[in-house]
Amino acid sequence: MRWLKTVAAEIWGLFVDDGSFAGAIVVWLAIVLFGVRRLAWASRWGGIALFAGLALVLIENVLRHTRRRR
Amino acid sequence: MAAFLASLVECVEALTVILAVGTVRGWRSALAGAAGALAVLAFLVALLGPQLRRIPLHVIQLGVGTMVLLFGLRWLRKAILRAAGRIPLHDEEAAYVKNTSAMRSGPLSRTGNLDRVAVAAAFHITMLEGTEVVFLVIALGAGRAGLLLPASVGALIALAVVAGLGLALHRPLAKVPENSLKFAVGVLLAGFGTFWVGEGAGFSWPGSDLAIPALVAAYLAIALVLAAAARDPAIQAGN
Repeated sequence: MRWLKTVAAEIWGLFVDDGSFAGAIVVWLAIVLFGVRRLAWASRWGGIALFAGLALVLIENVLRHTRRRR
Repeated sequence: MAAFLASLVECVEALTVILAVGTVRGWRSALAGAAGALAVLAFLVALLGPQLRRIPLHVIQLGVGTMVLLFGLRWLRKAILRAAGRIPLHDEEAAYVKNTSAMRSGPLSRTGNLDRVAVAAAFHITMLEGTEVVFLVIALGAGRAGLLLPASVGALIALAVVAGLGLALHRPLAKVPENSLKFAVGVLLAGFGTFWVGEGAGFSWPGSDLAIPALVAAYLAIALVLAAAARDPAIQAGN
C-alpha cells in the first residue's frame, strides 16, 4: 500500500504545492461554473470574468507570498 | 510548442538523476531503469489516449482545462517567485552532486548484471518526470481534435534533444534556462486552460480561437509585472 500512497502523493504534487493557491483556483472555477454561468450576460462575458478571477488569484497569491517574506 | 517546452524541462531534470546513477553505479542499470519507465509510460498513453474519445468534448474541456489550469498556474506562480528572487532557482549542478553522493552511499544489491538500487532510482525519476510529460501531452491533445499528434511529437523531440545532449556531453544541462522555460510553459498552459474551461462552460470567447493568443499575452503581461513588483530588494540593490 505504501507505493499507492507514493503514487497518489506524486500525482497530487503535479497540481498542488501551495494549498491556498490551488484551493482559490478551484473555488473560483466552481463560482464561475455554478454561479456566473447562470447569469444573463455570462455567454458573452463569462470568459472574461473567468480570466479576471484567475488573474486576481495569481496576483493575490504572489503579493501575499512577497509580503510574508519581507 | 507548450508540450515541447514542458517536456524539455522535465527531461532535463530526469537526465540529471540518470547521469548521476549511470556515472556512479553503471550505465547498464541506469538505462534499464529509464527504459523500463518509458515502456510503462508508453503503455499508459496507449491505454488512456483512445479512452478520451468516448467522453463528450465539453466534459473533457472542463476536466482537462481545470487540471491544465492548476498545473500551469502552479508553474507560473513558482516561475514568477523564482524570477523575483523570492525562492531559489533549481540548480541542476547541485542536484547532480546530491544524487551522485546519494548513489555512492547507497547499498550494493545486484541481480545478474543489474544493480537493483540504480535501476530503481532511474525508473523512479523517469516515471516521476515522465508522468508530468504524459499528463501534459494527453491534456493538450484532448482539448481539441487533431492536437494529440503534434503534442506527442513535441514531447518526443524534446526527449530526443535532451537524450542526445546528455549522451554527447555526459554532464547535467545546467545552462538550460529552466525558469524561463517554466515561465513560458506556465503562461501557455494558463492561456490554454482558461480558454478550454470557458469553452467547456459554454462561454463564447471574443474572436473565437484568437482569444487563445490574447489570453497568453495577458497572462504574460501580468506575470512580467508581478515578477518586477515582487522582486527581492536585495537583488535590486545588487543591480
